[in-house]
Amino acid sequence: MKIAVCAKVAPDTATPRITAKGDGSGIDTTGIKFVVSPYDLFAVTEGIVLKEQGKASAVHLFTVGGDSDVTVLRGGALALGAEDLTLVDDPALAEADSLAVARSLAAAIGQGEFGLVLCGKQAVDHDNVQVPAMLAELLGWPHVSLVDDLVIDGDGFTATRNVGGGVAEVVKGTLPAVVTCDKGLVEPRYAKLPDIMKAKQKKVHKKTLGDLGLSAADVAPAATYTAYGEPPPRPKGRMLEGDVAGMVDQLVDALRNEAKVL
Amino acid sequence: MSILVLCEHDGGTFKKTATELLGKATGLAGALGTTVSALVLGDAPAASLGAYGATKVFQVSGDFSSYDTDVAVAALRAGIDAAAPSAVLAPASFLGKDALPRVVAQLGTGQGTECTDLRVDGGQIVGRRPIYAGKAYCDVRVGKTPAVYTVRANSFAQPAAGGGSAEVVAVPFSAPTPRLTLVERKRPETTVVDLTEADRIVSGGRSVKSKESYDSLIRPLAAALGATPGASRACVDAGYAPHDHQVGQTGKVVNPSLYIACGISGAIQHLAGMRTSKVIVAINTDPGAPIFEHATYGLVSDIFETCPALTARIQALD
Ligand SMILES: Cc1cc2nc3c(=O)[nH]c(=O)nc-3n(C[C@H](O)[C@H](O)[C@H](O)COP(=O)(O)OP(=O)(O)OC[C@H]3O[C@@H](n4cnc5c(N)ncnc54)[C@H](O)[C@@H]3O)c2cc1C
Ligand SMILES: Nc1ncnc2c1ncn2[C@@H]1O[C@H](COP(=O)(O)O)[C@@H](O)[C@H]1O
Repeated sequence: MKIAVCAKVAPDTATPRITAKGDGSGIDTTGIKFVVSPYDLFAVTEGIVLKEQGKASAVHLFTVGGDSDVTVLRGGALALGAEDLTLVDDPALAEADSLAVARSLAAAIGQGEFGLVLCGKQAVDHDNVQVPAMLAELLGWPHVSLVDDLVIDGDGFTATRNVGGGVAEVVKGTLPAVVTCDKGLVEPRYAKLPDIMKAKQKKVHKKTLGDLGLSAADVAPAATYTAYGEPPPRPKGRMLEGDVAGMVDQLVDALRNEAKVL
Repeated sequence: MSILVLCEHDGGTFKKTATELLGKATGLAGALGTTVSALVLGDAPAASLGAYGATKVFQVSGDFSSYDTDVAVAALRAGIDAAAPSAVLAPASFLGKDALPRVVAQLGTGQGTECTDLRVDGGQIVGRRPIYAGKAYCDVRVGKTPAVYTVRANSFAQPAAGGGSAEVVAVPFSAPTPRLTLVERKRPETTVVDLTEADRIVSGGRSVKSKESYDSLIRPLAAALGATPGASRACVDAGYAPHDHQVGQTGKVVNPSLYIACGISGAIQHLAGMRTSKVIVAINTDPGAPIFEHATYGLVSDIFETCPALTARIQALD
């Protein structure tokens, strides 16, 4: 069985501040370090682990993005042991929304014979949580989201998903399927220098929409994003003073009578 | 072309998000000159939603007590087809994240995820939402019909119940055969409101030092407040609190009215999960801890002393 992993490049979560461009058309990427989005790193690592366990024959990476993403994905994902990377890059995708990305991925992944697609539960840029479920719908496959345990057994799988409220559900299904990876699924790996050097030889297949049988109209965005800006300012806080008993009294009084949350 | 609100319920009791969204939708519908409808899956007192502004309730018949993606997708689709709305508002719950994007893909429209505000602009609903884990915000506008928006819990005030009544439209539904089989459902020992929906949260950090003191400092304070206990990643990684308690970039994103951070430094990845909390209380021995820059009320003190004192003080109220 071959595995497809959808991976996206996003700003490092340690970036202290994200600022908007002056005209609000997007974020200012100056000085930001870009990495493989952390949940996608779980997906890549899980794919490699399944390959090591003999459950998968190969791991192929897919991204919708641009040339600069290739550099990050080479060192951060290909170097972990994936076979190759397919980059879908087309001017018509400049303002792509989730459905446009899902359509591009579905067309690219549909050209291979995959038994499993691994995605992150969300990309840490827009935190949309949309692409994998849309992709599964377009492929006509089932999907399991927020998975923190996955067992593959022939063409069957058992996955544990977090449905909220601390409730975990164990579900069984038959491949092919799309799975979105949550924290806890696998310890993410980071490539070592020799592997990063070796990854320079790995193949990157560039595809335009035309190569995938898609037109610009197929990816015309329904969702548009504007007015990028700062978070709303927080009202200035107050440090309480005195001994513990005094501060506790002040706090309870403030929560009741000032903030009115008690 | 009404606004359709997905009203989730727990075995027949509507969730807070249901009325919260109906209240907001009523305001938006007024500005757009349209009406509000509700979408209910399964058995729940549908007509009661009229009190919160719904004029029609589309009730999809069937048993939805156990969640299945295929069934949820088909049911949502049936309800949306019956209502033919201009916009759909839904909670950013598991269903809103797991099933709704598949419906959006079927309909070929678009979705604005986890908005914290909605407004009418140019005859259209526009969402405002946190991105980059709340470090920035942007507007999202869905230009196709129906426009779908999910909303983070606790973003809008709970409306007061009025006197309106709703017409209930039964939507016939025959569920597809699920492709996944549910083998097991693991419930936590104690059931509390999910962190993502909680109105009050008390979180502990690495400084609690043991599972025993997490259980004796954080949980009792949370219980006294009717809050959900949470934790930093350092606290979870050390094994003091379970994984599902983690708040932050790789944990839950929460939006309570009250967030009490006990012995948490306020790392950027922790802030990512709780920065939209309305009131933040920080208890930390280090006056230079970054959490204080975001706190509404700051206490430079030891949690081993402060948490029990606060718990006792809250228990003594009224
Ligand atoms: C990719 C990535 C994702 C991450 N995701 C998350 C996430 O989802 N959630 C998360 O929380 N973190 C996350 N982190 C980790 C984050 O960077 C911090 O390491 C973590 O939040 C620190 O937890 P802490 O505040 O409990 O511990 P510390 O940073 O060690 O802070 C402990 C604090 O307790 C105070 N203290 C000590 N003793 C006492 C006492 N007796 N009374 C009162 N105060 C005391 C100290 O002054 C200190 O400020 C992530 C990191 C990375 C790289
Ligand atoms: N441009 C992209 N290229 C490849 N995979 C993507 C892209 N966007 C989203 N994905 C995948 O879908 C997941 C969820 O993304 P999102 O729906 O944007 O939060 C990510 O973690 C990736 O696995």
